[in-house]
Amino acid sequence: MSVFAAPLGAFLFESLNILGGMGILSGRILKDLFIGRFYLRLVVEQIYVIGMKSLPLILITATSIGMVMSLQFGLGLEKFGGKMYVPKLVTATILREMGPVFTSLMLAARVGAGIASEIGSMVVTQQIDAIRALGTSPIKKIVIPRVLACLVTLPLLVGVTNFVATVGGLLIGATELNIDANFYYLKVLSTAGISDYVSGIGKSLFFAIFISIPACYYGLNVKNGTKEVGSATTKAVVVASILILVGDFFLSKLFWVVERWV
Amino acid sequence: MGMIEVEDFKKSFGSKQVHKGVSFYVKTGECLGLIGGSGAGKSVILRSLIGLERPDSGKIVIDGTEVTALKERELVEVRKKVAYVFQGGALFDSMTVFENLAYPLREHTQLSETEIRRKILHQLEEFGLGGNENLLPASLSGGMQKRVGLARAMMMSPEVVLYDEPTAGLDPYNTKKIQEHILDLKRRGVTSILVTHDMPTAFAVCDKLAILLNGRIEAQGTMEQLEKDSKGLIAKFINGEAA
Repeated sequence: MSVFAAPLGAFLFESLNILGGMGILSGRILKDLFIGRFYLRLVVEQIYVIGMKSLPLILITATSIGMVMSLQFGLGLEKFGGKMYVPKLVTATILREMGPVFTSLMLAARVGAGIASEIGSMVVTQQIDAIRALGTSPIKKIVIPRVLACLVTLPLLVGVTNFVATVGGLLIGATELNIDANFYYLKVLSTAGISDYVSGIGKSLFFAIFISIPACYYGLNVKNGTKEVGSATTKAVVVASILILVGDFFLSKLFWVVERWV
Repeated sequence: MGMIEVEDFKKSFGSKQVHKGVSFYVKTGECLGLIGGSGAGKSVILRSLIGLERPDSGKIVIDGTEVTALKERELVEVRKKVAYVFQGGALFDSMTVFENLAYPLREHTQLSETEIRRKILHQLEEFGLGGNENLLPASLSGGMQKRVGLARAMMMSPEVVLYDEPTAGLDPYNTKKIQEHILDLKRRGVTSILVTHDMPTAFAVCDKLAILLNGRIEAQGTMEQLEKDSKGLIAKFINGEAA
């Protein structure tokens, strides 16, 4: 038993340490957001870097998700004569789950890694120290623009994924499954309710936090040279992915409860 | 007593106590050379002077303000008048030389872009860097990067300058250039601390030296005083017999 107790204790201690660190960073972000100068230009720059430059990746992923889901549901349900349910199932799954989760995972890999390595390199080359030494705040200049840009772009990218994946599904439905395109389109419109959009987009706001805070935290905590930049980047992506996947369950429950209540 | 006062500065890293009670002062307009072996903690003292590090105990006072008692936000005013010249320049690598120099002016002054441009071009000429304003730091040589770092630190006309090994790794020409800039700033009445292993530079620009040894300032004073009273520590340090 004691063989497992020591590593488990160390793991729990490390996890608490990281959670505490991220909590403190989040507190500082909230505090600095409302005090002193706000760098709108830096936020806009980051929206471009995070949003526009992620678009090709998101388009490819979204198309693929829509097409694969339509094909798999179609082939599976065909055996039971349920092929006509494909548009409903694909649409609901994309809007509520696949759209936000896949977009967030893609962004965690591309943007989370980018943020962690960029900030980590800035720490190693003393640029973060220079920001402080020149009388400015790295939280305001580096962290807040990236967190806000993630909060703005992720829901927009999820919207793009929802649309493109649905079109991808429709294409496969019409060509491979021989479902009438007009029927598919009407089913999409009748299935997609406001609650589906709210659930998906709402979750993406949480996911944006799950991506940006660990990325900034691990980047800022690089201490031992360039070697640690690589491990900080890996940790940022792993933690963000875990938070997205685990958080998705609880957020799904939360939105179901809210929907019932409303 | 002085523009910079450090009193009983103690700092540990893990279980290792690096500073065991460092005390020294620097008068207005004076240049103090802080020398000692690698890992003695010279840069940590320098970083602590502007609050980039916090001592475990002790007091740091700059121009009457107790830096150690200030919060991060309150340190901004201190950092406006105390410039830090980083060993590697610490230039923002995503910004051009011009933008690097414009950074403190855009942050802390209300100057128009025309005025900022005029000041920067003048500064670059002064530091022998004219015509390089549109280059990224990666395109500059090590010596030029250090000079740009120095020029950036001087943009706010600081009262105090902290140099962290400004001549490390430089050729004799660039070393001489940096020495000239430090001497020029001294003539203008700027107070400074120079952390260095480069003894010729220390002798050329410093009014007095402090030797950091075993976590304490073992000797400090003018060159003449040290040669007389420091039990030959300067000679031992230069000859590699003390670190």
